Formats: sequence, C-alpha cells, structure tokens
Amino acid sequence: MTLSLPFGPEPGAGGPSDEVWSVAELNAAAKAVVEDGFAPMWVRGEVTGFRVYQSGHWYFDLKDEAAKVRCTMWKFAASRCPERPVDGAEVFVFGKPAIWEEKGEFSFSVQRLLLTNRVGAQQQELERIKAALARDGLFDAARKRPLPVFPETIAVVTSPDGAALRDIVRVARQRWPAVRLLLVPTRVQGAEAAAEVVRALRLVDELACDCCIVGRGGGSKEDLAVFNDEAVCRALAKVRVPTISAVGHETDVSLADFVADVRAATPSMAAQLAVPDRAEVAATVGSLAERLSGGLSRHTRFVGERLARTADRMEAAMGEALSAHRHTLERMAAQLDALSPLRVLERGFAIPLGENGAILRGRAAFTPGRRFDLRLADGTVPARVEEDA
Amino acid sequence: MTKAKEPTLGEELKALEDIVRRLETDGTDLDEALRLFEEGVTRLRRARERLGEAEQSVKLVLESADGTLRMQDADL
Repeated sequence: MTLSLPFGPEPGAGGPSDEVWSVAELNAAAKAVVEDGFAPMWVRGEVTGFRVYQSGHWYFDLKDEAAKVRCTMWKFAASRCPERPVDGAEVFVFGKPAIWEEKGEFSFSVQRLLLTNRVGAQQQELERIKAALARDGLFDAARKRPLPVFPETIAVVTSPDGAALRDIVRVARQRWPAVRLLLVPTRVQGAEAAAEVVRALRLVDELACDCCIVGRGGGSKEDLAVFNDEAVCRALAKVRVPTISAVGHETDVSLADFVADVRAATPSMAAQLAVPDRAEVAATVGSLAERLSGGLSRHTRFVGERLARTADRMEAAMGEALSAHRHTLERMAAQLDALSPLRVLERGFAIPLGENGAILRGRAAFTPGRRFDLRLADGTVPARVEEDA
Repeated sequence: MTKAKEPTLGEELKALEDIVRRLETDGTDLDEALRLFEEGVTRLRRARERLGEAEQSVKLVLESADGTLRMQDADL
C-alpha cells in the first residue's frame, strides 16, 4: 500500500525527467528574475575590499552588521563619481541587483555612490552659495530681463555631444528655421566642468547674439552639480544678453535656474521659449494683411460716401441758387416788360424807322419823298414824306 | 554712405500694427491712407520674406590659443 500524500506527489519525487535545466539556463532564468524584479534603489553600507581594475571598473563589498553584498561600478559610472571611497567609508549606493551568469554570483551594480559624510557637507555648501547669491541680489526678480521676441542668433552653452543640444536644435528649427544657433562647447559634468562653463559664458559676450541658452540634459544630482556652482552662477548673471537655463528634467532645479532670466524645465522647453512659432507668426502676418486692405477700403468707401454726400449737397445748393435767380429774373422781366416800347406803342404811339432800322429822330430826318416804316404795336406800315412838306 | 540696418521682423510687425491701427481710425485722410497702405504692403512683403527664410546651420564657436574666435559648421 502506498502512502497517500495530502498535497500531491513530493516535488522531484519522480526523479530527473526529460525537462532538465542546464546550469546556464538556471542562471539566465535567475538573472532575469533578479534584474527585472527590482527598480533601482539606494542602499547604505560600509565599503570593504575596494579595488580599481585596469579597465577603470570599481569592485568592492558593501556590508552592514548582518550581511554583505558584492558591488561593481562600471567605468562610465565610476568616472562620474566625484570622490573615490576608501575601505571603511560609509556610503550610499544607487543601483540594481545583478547576477553574473558565468559564476552564478549575485552582486549589486552601482550607478551612483555618495559618501554619507559628504552628503551633509554638500547640502551645507549649497545653502552657503544660495545665501551668498541671494545677498548679492542674483535672484532678484527686478534684474530679470525679457527675452527678445524674434531672436536672430542664439548662443547655446552646452556639451556638443549631449542630448540637450540635439533637443534644442530640433525644437528651434522646427519652430523658427531661420534662427542661427552658435554652439559654445563645454563639458557639463565632472571636475573641470564648472571652469569650462564659466569660460564659455564669458565667450558668449563676444558673440553677436540676441540671447543665450545654457544647460544640459538629465542626469544624477552630481551630474547637475555644475549648475549649482557659485562661479557658474555668477558668470551666468553677468552675461550681456538675456539667458535661459535648461538643466536636466522638469523636476531638477538648480541655482542657475534662479539666476537665469528665464528658467526652462528642459532643453526642449528652452528652445520653445527662445524662438517664436513660425506658423503662429505667419497667422499674425496674415491677419495684419487682411486688416491692412480692410483699413484702406474702409477709407476709400468713406471718401466715396463723402463725395456722394458732397454731390448731393451741391445739387441742393445749385437748386436753391437757381430758384432764387429765377425769381429775380421774373421780377426783372416784369420790370422790363413795363418799360418795353411795345407797351408804349400799344398806347397809340408809333416809331418811324429808316431803311436800316434806325429810329428817325427830328424833322431833319424827314426829307421830302423819303420812304420809311412806321412801327405800330401790331406791325409795320410803309410810309412816305409828302413832296412839298 | 553706410546702409541702414534692416528692420528686424519684430520692428516690421510693430510698424505694421501701427499702420493698420491708423488705417482703422477715421481721422486719416485718403492721401495719408494710401501712403500708409503702400508702406504696409512693403512691410508685409518683407515680413513674409523673413518668414520664408531658409534653415541655418548650427555653428560651432571655437577659441584659438591666441584668444580669437572662429566658427565652423557643427557636425550634428
């Protein structure tokens, strides 16, 4: 009689089946579980067995009272670490767990490392700089200058290799293709960065430009530290043209952001703030064109209306003048009529007229036998002076 | 004689705005309106030319050892 198991057969009780894993498969599967299963995290511990390999990679163990984990820090991350730890140093490390498949080793892959005693000191230094800059008025709203609306040339102080430059160029060209961008190259992280950024900012003053964007793409807190540097902030405040800071991502805020005339949340945003949008300006120009022609036709219409009104008034005035004249004429005609010789003739008078129609005045004109016309009211009668008058 | 600096697009648009505003008021006489209109058309043409200007290359500013500056096309 076989033993009845309450939860099914004992795991592995049937012996190796066809589905046997290789060690590599096991480690690969474990690696996938471990490396995909954790978000990056901060771990605090003490450094032991620190060593640097020829390759530039750092290796050490991190331990506390209860446990220990092997740590690796690849050259790229190590090169950005401002200070190399020594054994016994207490540190914060940021990274993710990892499995080295070939050896089946569990380790922690470190991206950033901070000495715990430095963290407090760094914060203190930051506060000191902030207070000094504030005291000198570098954060004053009154010294903020407005950005030019239509900049023709913009200086860009950043790394020639960084994502920030690509973003700025892409967005600026998209919005305003004709803008000239002058790249003033500088390192933006590491020990030399602050001095280089200061030098680059001074160089901006020698360029014919309308404004200046200074910044870099996202990075760790140490990566962005150069934009908290006192000399960098002071150099930024002295730049002759209006400045836009563009440091890291939305959530990153540096002292340079408060010193610049305008803070952009990201490099793309800086380009957006620096140049207008061509389509929008084209729409403005279009509406101005419409208003211009509308304005003129309004005037011509206005003048036309005024002309018409004037013509109406002239006509009315002429009418009035004419009727006044007509009255005068009528009156004068009546007077003339009263004086007319015809009226005299009607009363029985006659006028003697010579051959040429001239009035014969006085006896001398009436020579014996002379023919003349006698003008009466209703016509003319031929007449002759008697021969022996 | 040196050539006067060409007005910037901003100046051009501001002048246009002024012209349009004056054209839109009743006080201006026809001669003045025609003159304003002509000036407006010229400015509009220049503004449109500005809008159509071609893409500029990005220049890399380099400082020589003697402190002089030179520029070259940036290879992006």
